[in-house]
Amino acid sequence: MRVSFKWLAEYVDIDLGPEEVGHRLTMAGLEMERIERVGGDWDEEFITVGHVLSVDAHPNADRLRLATVDYGGDDPLTVACGAPNVAVGQKIAFARAGARLIDGRSGKSAVLKPAKIRGVESSGMVCSEKELGLSGEHEGILVLDAGAPVGAPLSQYLGGSILDLDVTPNRPDWLSMLGVAREVAALTGTVVREPEHTYEELDDPAPARVSVEIADPDLCFRYVASVIEGVKLGPSPSWMQERLNAAGMRPINNVVDITNYVMLEVGQPLHAFDFSTVGGEKIIVRRAKEGEKLITLDGERRELTADMLVIADEKKPVALAGVMGGAESEVTEETQTILLESATFHAPNIRRTASHLKSRTEASARFEKGLSPELAMVAAQRATKLLVELAGGRALHGLVDNYPAPVKEIRIDVTRRRLEQVLGIDLPTSTVREALTSLGFGCKWEPPEHYQVRVPYWRTDVDIPDDIAEEVARIVGYDQIPTKNLGGDIPPAIPQPLRDLRERLRDALAAAGMQEVITYSLTTSEELKRVLPEGQLEQLLRVVNPLSAEHEYLRPVLRGSVLKTLAANVRQREGEVALFEASRVYLPRSGELPDEQEHIVGVVTGTRDDRWGRSSDEPVDFYDAKGYAQAALQVAGVEGTFEAAEDFGLLPGRTAVVSAGGARVGVIGQLHPSVASSFGIDRDVYLFELVVDDLLPAVQAGVAYAPLMRFPPVVQDIALVVESSQPAEDVRRLIERHELVLAAEVFDVYEGEGVPADRKSLAFSVTYQSAEKTLTDKEVARAQSEILKRLSDELNAELRG
Amino acid sequence: MMRYMTAETINLEELAAKARAGLDAATDEAALEAWRVAHLGRKGTLTSVLRRLGSLEMEERRRIGGEANKLKAELEAALEEKLSDLHGQRIAATIQEGQIDVTLPGRSKRVGRLHPITQTLRQVVDIFVSLGFSVAEGPEVETDYYNFEALLLDRDHPARDMQDTLYVDYVRDGVYPFMMRTHTSPNQVRFMEEHKPPIRVVVPGKCYRNEATDPTHEWMITQIEILAVDEGISLADLKGTLFEFAKRMFGQERKVRFRCDYFPYVEPGVDMAIDCFLCGGRGCRTCHREGWIEIMGAGMVHPKILANMGYDADRVTGFAAGMGAERIALLLHGIEDIRRFYQNDLRFLEQF
Repeated sequence: MRVSFKWLAEYVDIDLGPEEVGHRLTMAGLEMERIERVGGDWDEEFITVGHVLSVDAHPNADRLRLATVDYGGDDPLTVACGAPNVAVGQKIAFARAGARLIDGRSGKSAVLKPAKIRGVESSGMVCSEKELGLSGEHEGILVLDAGAPVGAPLSQYLGGSILDLDVTPNRPDWLSMLGVAREVAALTGTVVREPEHTYEELDDPAPARVSVEIADPDLCFRYVASVIEGVKLGPSPSWMQERLNAAGMRPINNVVDITNYVMLEVGQPLHAFDFSTVGGEKIIVRRAKEGEKLITLDGERRELTADMLVIADEKKPVALAGVMGGAESEVTEETQTILLESATFHAPNIRRTASHLKSRTEASARFEKGLSPELAMVAAQRATKLLVELAGGRALHGLVDNYPAPVKEIRIDVTRRRLEQVLGIDLPTSTVREALTSLGFGCKWEPPEHYQVRVPYWRTDVDIPDDIAEEVARIVGYDQIPTKNLGGDIPPAIPQPLRDLRERLRDALAAAGMQEVITYSLTTSEELKRVLPEGQLEQLLRVVNPLSAEHEYLRPVLRGSVLKTLAANVRQREGEVALFEASRVYLPRSGELPDEQEHIVGVVTGTRDDRWGRSSDEPVDFYDAKGYAQAALQVAGVEGTFEAAEDFGLLPGRTAVVSAGGARVGVIGQLHPSVASSFGIDRDVYLFELVVDDLLPAVQAGVAYAPLMRFPPVVQDIALVVESSQPAEDVRRLIERHELVLAAEVFDVYEGEGVPADRKSLAFSVTYQSAEKTLTDKEVARAQSEILKRLSDELNAELRG
Repeated sequence: MMRYMTAETINLEELAAKARAGLDAATDEAALEAWRVAHLGRKGTLTSVLRRLGSLEMEERRRIGGEANKLKAELEAALEEKLSDLHGQRIAATIQEGQIDVTLPGRSKRVGRLHPITQTLRQVVDIFVSLGFSVAEGPEVETDYYNFEALLLDRDHPARDMQDTLYVDYVRDGVYPFMMRTHTSPNQVRFMEEHKPPIRVVVPGKCYRNEATDPTHEWMITQIEILAVDEGISLADLKGTLFEFAKRMFGQERKVRFRCDYFPYVEPGVDMAIDCFLCGGRGCRTCHREGWIEIMGAGMVHPKILANMGYDADRVTGFAAGMGAERIALLLHGIEDIRRFYQNDLRFLEQF
């Protein structure tokens, strides 16, 4: 809402500057976004109100004329003027050489210089709105109100501050000058001047000329109509045009301008019909018939549905209620008699219709916030008065008022205890009453406990005691509310094992050297196609109204987004790049919210760093990725097992399923080169994926301490020759199965000279340990030979000679 | 026949002179060891003198014995000193030879980092945890009921425009019942359904808006919801708790400003701003020359919501607040463009 500070002063006396008023409004809930200064850059000396004394033909140019202007200086100036609308007697904005203006053609700011225009000396200019920076209007000159004082600086006469206010959705009254004025009055300790709404009437009663039927009283609560004859269409007075401009609305003609002006003034949208187009002299407010057509004022041919409300005559709709008038019933030059509508509609219905037709208007924006039916009468009277006074109209006697169920004034019983309970302070009763009455509320104090509060009709947002608490607090000032610390019992903590595990895994991966990324939850189907098998693509979830195709599908895996991020980063990176993300994925469930799982995906590519942190020529491999995954599992206290497997998008033979506690918890492998290249990555990428939800059951609660052994361990290395395809893990587990073996670790793998072609050598470091005694060499040797026998029997493994 | 030794046969003077000369001549540890053996060893010159003392007469024995022991102590001390000198010289030599360039870089160890939003989220959550709040999380895809209706935002509520919604492509009864949650506030309701007062909970999580992006707007954001419900909680507790948070997050010297604002699910509604910590409130680009930076929307939980939860809204009150982690992180680090966070450029991420 754009509020002209000058216009505001018509309703309330303000002795504060616009900044301070804006600040107080902001603190009270009506946020001022900025102050716009109109004419702040108009030079007081060079740009003044001028009076056109004469207009003569230009001797050398048909399209130019010479205007002689009294600008307040000693002698009038004669200047060339190309505007078609310049006329003798006008008050205009006059700029003399030296003024800084906006060039009408280039749009750039420039200083006006004396010039010869087609041979005639011209050292000034009659300005257009564009040249003054008021609007883009450059067809004609800006014509000021006839009462404008000649010679006055234009910045004083026309300039001023406009407060740009961000109106919250609960306050339709703030979408009006009067509503803002009421707020300012309450915040500055003054009172509001209501606009005049009495006028002269003819003797003919309006209800005899037109009848109003509300066929759907659930959607229209009140319909007030007045009939005004003899209206002469023309421009509205310039003061009204100025105000409309200041509010951001374009002046059109006096009738439309008056309806808009009153809407801006009191907040009630109005509509003027050409009464001759209303068939049967009857207005019917009814639901549209399915498929009924209406051409609206904007020229659009609308097809209506049965849940939209229309204003109709006996035969046809003439307007879309609360949203837009019909083109056919529009007021034109030929219009003699006007039917003025001031009505109250069902807010949700207007909202639905406007959004359905994608036609949010100034009117619908007010209606959909819920207006009081009381306002309809006030606005009808005010607009009729202006039509009589400014458009030459003659109003019929009285107004047609169809108001099936008059609303009752809202009364709220507020206790002092409740105010204290909500605000944390026991305010003096005088403070409470002053705050409320300053806002137009009625407030009666009934000692010792009750305030009987009456809500003014324009406050459709107030209906419970806590609303009153807010009203009091915001007028008193939130800074007057004390500051306390939470007391009482601290509620029991609620365990979050999944969240805790996810955060520990995050820490572990970062500590191991991976960089965390967070990518968007919505992605493209193309990206998902690269990482998902076809079967899963069919059931993807998507949003119906994506911002762009880039963010349309709810991802069931993180892989795609993380790989995309990797691709974007490897282009400018040498050396190892290791990224991970821990985020939710969304798995479709029929008719239910998706199953949201916590996933972690890590990717590694590039070459390992050398001693200097530079990229070596040693590429990372599967085991780098596995190292990261194992670090995470280790921190989580989970022993993971890795078994060769296949997975979509991963290279067979270099892929493993990760299990823990007997259940699958993830997968790891080399990204299939074709998938990598689909992301624009031309190097080997290793990837792991952990499902935190699946990992959780394998996590032990707490750590069970193992006593430190009293007796020394014996460590021996053995090299075993096994089949090339033999997983080392099977061998290791077999060794560890022996009761005297505490641990067995692989420390070398060798294929080549000295080992048969289809076999490999695995070196193990085996730790023997007994809890009961120090092992003798003999006992160790016996254990080793037992192990070797089992290895030979079960895995065809032999000691390397 | 017994042979008596006489004092004359024991020439301590001469022995001492020889030993001292020998010690002076010894320059390395091996020579010193040889000298020790020759003089102080079991068969050393001084030791044999001491051994022979028994054969002297009492008076002589006492005199010579005293002198010999004194000499022994002197020689031992001299040896110790010599050895210590040598040791010192050797270490000095080692230090000399072993000098390294301490300015060379350390052996490369990979350092991973958490995303700045993760870090910010933890900072915020930790502050509330230290104030006695629990942490909970909720679904990112929500129902219309939790995201809107239970928060008093009916289908036609004009405030729905404040949060442009991304709806999931699934229709039930002619409407889209599922959406990407637009805020973390649904968790107020979800949490209160499951728990009875007293409640103190903080709920972080991603939220989504159908909103064009620019340097100050991002369509995916991370919110932190705060909820405290109990008997005796008032606007004063809201102010105190959020002020405490602001001080711990942005510095003890912070000032805060509370003003009225509107959210359908609170009454009264509050907006909290902190004084700009960059310009000290004088006005700069970060605070849009206002001196204040709005960081949180808040308010007293609407009594209708409390009543819908089955609480006695005449006795139980509560406050709720919500803030965006991205906004906090932008302010903390002076980042000029919110879109940086999810562009995931490593040159950006590695700075945190």
